[in-house]
Amino acid sequence: MPSSARWSRREPSLDTSPPEPQLTTLYQELILDHYRRPRNKGTLEQATHTVSLNNPLCGDEIDLQLRVDGDVIKDARFIGRGCSISQAAASMMTQLLKDKSIPQALALADRMSAMMHGDLSAARDKSLGDLRALAGVSKFPVRIKCALLPWNALTDAVKT
Amino acid sequence: MLDVARIRADFPLLGQPENGRRLVYLDNAATTQKPQAVLDAVAEYYRTTNANVHRGAYDLAIRATEAYETARAKVAAFVNAWAPEGVVFTRGTTEAINLVAGAYGRANVRAGDSVVVTAMDHHSNLVPWQLLCQEKGATLRMVEITEDGRIDLSDFGRALERRPKIVAFPYVSNALGTVNPVAQLAKLAHAGGAVVVVDGAQSTPHLKVDVRAIECDFYALSGHKMLGPMGSGALVAKPELLEAMPPYHGGGEMISRVWDDHSTYNKIPHKFEAGTPNVEAAVGLAAAIAYLERVGPERIADHERALAAAAIDKLVQIEGVTVYGPRDHRAGVVSFTYGDIHPHDIATILDQDGICIRAGHHCAQPLMRRLNVAATARASFYLYNGLDEVDALVGSLVKAGALFGYVPA
Repeated sequence: MPSSARWSRREPSLDTSPPEPQLTTLYQELILDHYRRPRNKGTLEQATHTVSLNNPLCGDEIDLQLRVDGDVIKDARFIGRGCSISQAAASMMTQLLKDKSIPQALALADRMSAMMHGDLSAARDKSLGDLRALAGVSKFPVRIKCALLPWNALTDAVKT
Repeated sequence: MLDVARIRADFPLLGQPENGRRLVYLDNAATTQKPQAVLDAVAEYYRTTNANVHRGAYDLAIRATEAYETARAKVAAFVNAWAPEGVVFTRGTTEAINLVAGAYGRANVRAGDSVVVTAMDHHSNLVPWQLLCQEKGATLRMVEITEDGRIDLSDFGRALERRPKIVAFPYVSNALGTVNPVAQLAKLAHAGGAVVVVDGAQSTPHLKVDVRAIECDFYALSGHKMLGPMGSGALVAKPELLEAMPPYHGGGEMISRVWDDHSTYNKIPHKFEAGTPNVEAAVGLAAAIAYLERVGPERIADHERALAAAAIDKLVQIEGVTVYGPRDHRAGVVSFTYGDIHPHDIATILDQDGICIRAGHHCAQPLMRRLNVAATARASFYLYNGLDEVDALVGSLVKAGALFGYVPA
């Protein structure tokens, strides 16, 4: 199929008004950066906990691996594919989990869930690190499950 | 092209704004909107005709039965069925295929036999055959597709060498829009001794369908994809096959005489319609067919082909966009991806402009694996869509490109 002709934004009949503020809040630079250059993506040697979760509706997949020593998450990695929100959330989450105790990690999962359900204090909570960039997802109800997919994997992993 | 403005006026939902914008509904392969005539037919049935069918000894029940059986005749004529009694009302295509697998399949497929499906089948024309084959110890053979998204005819030929009992394939692929050469496939399958099951979910709404010209044995359709109510649909079958099949569900209506430990069964199609049927769905489906006939199935097909061609022409001009499926022999379904923008993200961005598309695996995971994608975005057109909506789709996609850094914002 031909794909050589470049798109021209001067095509008159089409709507090329700039994206809505809500969308630019959703797709922030930081989110796209984590999506395109995911941190901690790969296989973790000597994982003590692994969980695979997928969202059958849209095909998002995450395979979360943790190395837990005593009560402390020493390392976290993931393999996954899916939308920018789910994959950025996984990348951001694994960054945050290192050297956290399991109760601390579960507390973060609760804060993340609160932020997704519109809790503004959670959205300002520095303990959520880069994940605060995902606060805009709360305005898009069908996408909340994408942002929470890695966190559900975490909860499953440490509770089993 | 059809007079879209005039057609849209018949569809109340299409006049409703979405996210503050004019609704651009491009998810017709999933389900379709309903014209006022269908809404009226359902309401009118309940206002004037409702009673249980095939039982009552009073005039109202007779009128309800007439409405139901008239709807059956309407469906039969629309697809040129072998006979009205060869039309079994079901909840849709999925139930129709499960009926064939559960009744015909269980009676005729044995250990060591094979059943053939294709790599472009919807899960509803795959999983029922998986279940059957697992139960019977039969082999399920999946025919490969070509690079451009057609059924690989040489692999189809190889699959027939095992003389399968059943060969199932879609008339139109819901994920790629490919229109398959169904008459040719049916002929080959029959020469190999198989019974042919055609998934007509995506063809009945969009093409002129003639099951006798196709020469298949079973044909499944969904009413909600062709302007009819959800929960309407039918299995269209050769009457002699239905006669020979054991029942599917047991209960009222499907019986002739019932003793303590066994029963005899009603004539077809009632043998396969246990329990009180969805009469409103049948009546609504008949009204939908009347609407489609007024517009004309051939004109609808031409209109959708023109929309799909325009969409493909514009989409491939966007750098980074890949369109899937064949160039020719396709219906109004356009599946695409755009660089590394996940289809789910594309759908969210388009939704902000009031544009509804599908993002995902389209209930065709084996196909997605072969295309080497986890998901695609899919725009699917119908008689009420216009070229301006193709432009809206493309314009909104450029916004998605801007957000993800593919085009200057």
